[in-house]
Amino acid sequence: MSQAQISTATPTRPWTPTVKDRLMTSASVLLAVLSDVLIVQLTPMKGKIAYFFLFFILWFLIDSIFVYRSKGQKGVRDALAAKVTLFGGVIVVMVVASILWETIHRGLKGVNFKFFTTTLRETSLFDPIGSGGIAHAIVGTLMLIAIAIIFAVPMGILTALYLTEIKGKASGLIQFLVQAMSGVPSVVAGLFIYAAIILNTPLRSSAFLGGLALTILMVPTVTRTAQEVLNLVPRDLREAGLAMGATQWKTVALVVVPAARSGLITATILGVARIAGETAPLLFTVGVFDSYNFNPFKGDQGSLPTVVWRGLQGGTPESIQRAWSTILALLIVVLIMFVIARAFGTRQMKRK
Amino acid sequence: MSVDAPAKAIPKPREITTKPRVSDQIFRGVVTTFSFSALLILLLIAAFLLLQGFNTFREQGIGFITNFEWVTFTDENGVETANFGLQAMLVGTLVISALAVLIAVPLSVLTALFLTFYAPEKLKKYLVTIIDLMAAFPSILYGLWGFFVLMPMAVYWAKLINKWLGWIYIFDVPQPIFSRSPFIAGLVLTVMIIPIITSVAREVFSQTPLDRIQAAYALGATKWGMIRAVVLPFGAGGVVGGSMLGLGRAFGETVAVFSVLNIVFRSNFQILFTQGGNVASMIIQKWGEATPKEVGALMAAGLVLFFMTLIVNFIANQIVVRTVKSGR
Repeated sequence: MSQAQISTATPTRPWTPTVKDRLMTSASVLLAVLSDVLIVQLTPMKGKIAYFFLFFILWFLIDSIFVYRSKGQKGVRDALAAKVTLFGGVIVVMVVASILWETIHRGLKGVNFKFFTTTLRETSLFDPIGSGGIAHAIVGTLMLIAIAIIFAVPMGILTALYLTEIKGKASGLIQFLVQAMSGVPSVVAGLFIYAAIILNTPLRSSAFLGGLALTILMVPTVTRTAQEVLNLVPRDLREAGLAMGATQWKTVALVVVPAARSGLITATILGVARIAGETAPLLFTVGVFDSYNFNPFKGDQGSLPTVVWRGLQGGTPESIQRAWSTILALLIVVLIMFVIARAFGTRQMKRK
Repeated sequence: MSVDAPAKAIPKPREITTKPRVSDQIFRGVVTTFSFSALLILLLIAAFLLLQGFNTFREQGIGFITNFEWVTFTDENGVETANFGLQAMLVGTLVISALAVLIAVPLSVLTALFLTFYAPEKLKKYLVTIIDLMAAFPSILYGLWGFFVLMPMAVYWAKLINKWLGWIYIFDVPQPIFSRSPFIAGLVLTVMIIPIITSVAREVFSQTPLDRIQAAYALGATKWGMIRAVVLPFGAGGVVGGSMLGLGRAFGETVAVFSVLNIVFRSNFQILFTQGGNVASMIIQKWGEATPKEVGALMAAGLVLFFMTLIVNFIANQIVVRTVKSGR
């Protein structure tokens, strides 16, 4: 008894790599690595950079031969394009890795407990690493950030509210101005505060004026991020609020802003991350100081970026070591804020 | 129901109006007022820098842009004569920024293409974070890194370039001193503007209309064929705009450039030689011991820098906005 053979086509997945493909890929990488090492050893070329570039060139060549055999000329071009874009990405990642690694590696040498609890008041450029610390600079930077937040956050968020909620006649203009403001060079912000306030009023350089200069740099970042998150708040929520008979003011204050709260916090933190490391405006408006100054309205103030700046200008091995350790502290501050901002940001996205 | 039941007092219909309540009027007023703070700040910047720099502009005239000397001289009577010229600094700024954009654009476009079309979803997430992080690094960190890490390497590269391509004018050097050159400053700026150009390019590439992408695939294009025929033509404007945004950022960079550049008041196109100019860094350099008259000149230089970045940013934004809109 012969049963009719019913043949069903088994689905194929021509796009998934077969064992042979994988073998080919590994073989080409392996060959490239081998010939890379050989060439660098046998010719006068040397160094990590030579290894890196030569590897990519050889890999392009070897893999192209393999691909040519199976897919022809068009396939070679396609494969080559994929590798060249990868090459670009790898270079960018390598730069970031280098910056992070060097900062941590060089900075850690000068970090100890005292480094965060003492000031540089009695430390000269030539004193060894054990003496003096950056406590005053941390206080100063926190003060600057606080002052900038007080001015920039209301300004930024209200501007964003104008752009997203009121959508008045001037929206286009304001949007353009915010963009233009984000391009203001930091040195110009410092010069402006100096020209407008220090040259015209009895006020002299202080944390307050530094905070004002940083405000100019912070407002555009806060505005643009806040605008983005406010745009993510669903229209339905606004319409529901209005349909319940709430005025626009009540809708914004009780519905829209609470819905976007975590995003607005992200906006603030990103703004702070933008200004925390600004150096140039501080040189005009805050000056440098090596001890605590708790009065934000009077007297020069120490801050992390200016300590780095002085260390770099000092030029002695000790002062340069201090600069690296200080920039490590600053980098950690920026990294922490960055991570927090991301965490708040993704929460808002998910709730949407 | 009887018809002649005592008629209820019909409430007078409320007047329907679009006039906002008082609370709303206040709200709108406050928000609108604050939103004009951006305008106010920009105007004040221009006004005060012009006010302080006005004397310089009047005394130096067009020479402020075309002369390259920057000297102040006080004779025994206490009369101060000065000659302020920005030419060398402007040329230097343009050279360094152009170099940075030239290197950064190909790298950024490749990275953006990789992120948008090639990277696996998980890797993409990390890479985007890394590039965003790069934008958040303080500029003084770039200065420190550029001086201590990049410079030793870059000097070696500069020697190689000089050795093999020295017969081209811009790669020639009058003396074999390669440190603190415009080339190195350009490399530092390259690293600093890569995140800006990459994120703009990525945004534009991801706006490529899906139907055009699928049409290309349906016609049998390979991925690269599709990118070349659809994505790159569509995104070209955005890439140009992003590059100009990067250029604007490069114009205004101060501390990082100052750390790795030897500022000399003479126009120099030999990018490997240790002699360059940069408006923003020059302001920082001269600030410390500036006479009151020189402070005015520095303010004027700041104003020139302000307008340069403003114009470049304006053009860049116009281009980006136009490109993104054209896909919809």
